[in-house]
Amino acid sequence: MPDKPDRNAIEVVNVSKIFGSGEGQVAALDTVSVSIRENEFFTLLGPSGCGKTTLLRLIAGFDFPTAGEILLYGQDIAPLPPFKRPVNTVFQSYALFPHMTVADNIGFGLEMLGKPKAEIKARVAEMLKLVKMEALAGRRTSQISGGQQQRVALARALAPQPKVLLLDEPLSALDYKLRKEMQIELKRLQHETGITFIFVTHDQEEALTMSDRIAVMSSGKILQVGSPWDIYDKPAERFVADFIGETNFLTAAISEMANGKARATLKSGATIEATVAQSFQPKPNATVVVRPEHAKLTKAKGELSGTVENIVYFGTDTHIHVHLDSGELFTVRQQNTRSAGCGFEKGDAVGILIGSDAAQVLKD
Amino acid sequence: MAKNFSIKHQPGFTAIAATCFIVLYLPIIVLVIYAFNAASSTSEWGGFSLKWFQSAWQNTQVVDATLRSFQIGSIAAVLSTIFATMAALATTRTAPYPGLTFKYAAINQPLMVPEIVTGVALLIFFSRIKIFTGYSGIGYLVAAHTAFCIPFAYLPIRARLENMDLTLERAAADLYATPWKAFRRITLPLLWPGILAGLMLAFVISLDDVVITEFVKSGGQDTLPTYMLGQIRRGITPEINAISTAFLLLSVAIVTLFFFVSRKRD
Repeated sequence: MPDKPDRNAIEVVNVSKIFGSGEGQVAALDTVSVSIRENEFFTLLGPSGCGKTTLLRLIAGFDFPTAGEILLYGQDIAPLPPFKRPVNTVFQSYALFPHMTVADNIGFGLEMLGKPKAEIKARVAEMLKLVKMEALAGRRTSQISGGQQQRVALARALAPQPKVLLLDEPLSALDYKLRKEMQIELKRLQHETGITFIFVTHDQEEALTMSDRIAVMSSGKILQVGSPWDIYDKPAERFVADFIGETNFLTAAISEMANGKARATLKSGATIEATVAQSFQPKPNATVVVRPEHAKLTKAKGELSGTVENIVYFGTDTHIHVHLDSGELFTVRQQNTRSAGCGFEKGDAVGILIGSDAAQVLKD
Repeated sequence: MAKNFSIKHQPGFTAIAATCFIVLYLPIIVLVIYAFNAASSTSEWGGFSLKWFQSAWQNTQVVDATLRSFQIGSIAAVLSTIFATMAALATTRTAPYPGLTFKYAAINQPLMVPEIVTGVALLIFFSRIKIFTGYSGIGYLVAAHTAFCIPFAYLPIRARLENMDLTLERAAADLYATPWKAFRRITLPLLWPGILAGLMLAFVISLDDVVITEFVKSGGQDTLPTYMLGQIRRGITPEINAISTAFLLLSVAIVTLFFFVSRKRD
């Protein structure tokens, strides 16, 4: 991870948002706290209904927290209306103004800020160039494609040089190829403008490839904050491990805990080395996770043994589902080569080798 | 049920449709034809002529009533559209709350209450005001027309607002537009077709009103419809047909315009 200044752009402090009242009340956010650093590409990741969009709306000012503070460079902005916050949003539906041209859309924020006409014109030209839309400046927003609308929405939100840019699932309406392109484009824009980005998505792959740090959310709470590598390889909780990528869950007894490492004794009787999630409380039956690509299948003996139940070919790799002798299921991902098959067949008795740094003990 | 159910293929459809069209349009066709009648009776045909149009044009009472109708109609349409726009904004740009349905009913009340009741009520109410203020001008008619035009102006404006994406206003606020600026720059321009449609509908409704006008008007305040009603009491001449025909053309023109304006999407 590149060096980032440690200044916080946004600090969310014990924020709760409760919708409804009495019996029907729902906590969309439940005492959430998180700090987002300056110039960071920060992602709020979680399934629909986890509260990520609610948090974004509170930062934008479209809604107000029931409790807690939202600090923008130390100043509490939670009670301010959206037009008084130096924060701009890229909407999921883009929300381009249909009665204005591309250029007028981009210049709208600056116009509302009362900037001189010449400055607006120059800035709009600069933005059009940034998103490579110079040729379409005079078009109506209904006369451009979805990908182009996306670029205009970005340019419009970036034009007033906000302190923080909020992006609410902006890529979800694009097709796969275009989405991949825009992911790279967004990273480039963030790099070139140096603006702090807060990105909301339910797509774990998008979050992993784009973010400096990710906050995984579920049921109105932030479960874990960390770099993509942390989140993927050192999940703290079952939900995080399960939501991001594929993984194998094993039950194990934990012993000899020291320096974040421990020995995990699996049901098969084999003992493997594992890293332990922070704030793990020792208990008799802990859950250990092993990513499918961090295990190796062998015809000899391994830490685990079982029978091949199913083989699924994915092009780049093959997934081999193994029914363990202990009754659990385990998936191994094996890189494919051009010349040979995966080397195993349904019904084969196999062993599974787990590397010394492959296993992670969850705290729940 | 048949695979491609279509009401057009039901027995009797053509006959019923034809009957409806005849009942609706035959009387109007007859009225229009007799507007061009050279004879001075509405029961015999005396050859083609435009003389009744000419006579209506030269009749100062007709011109007077027409101008008054336009005057009342345009003022009432503008006022009622302003009120209707405010009412539509207040009833759509809010989360539903208890009492909202009651407000819809209150706004649409003139559609429900029989016109004759409104007419009598206004007659009594305005006569009191006349005694206190001594004013007996056209203002009473304008006020009455404004009141019953509001629900007609309200409907297309509200429909347009409900179809409008609220995110657009949110985006404007996000881009530093104060609520008033967001309204001026985003909501109002997008609402404009709805407002125009409401304005035209209100104008047509005002032009057409007989019952309430008949009760509220003072002497010498005939609008075109009440003038025509007065003339008919004394026996029909083709001049009435000519006026009706001109009136019909105007209404059709406005309604057509209304159709195109309210259909406009951008």
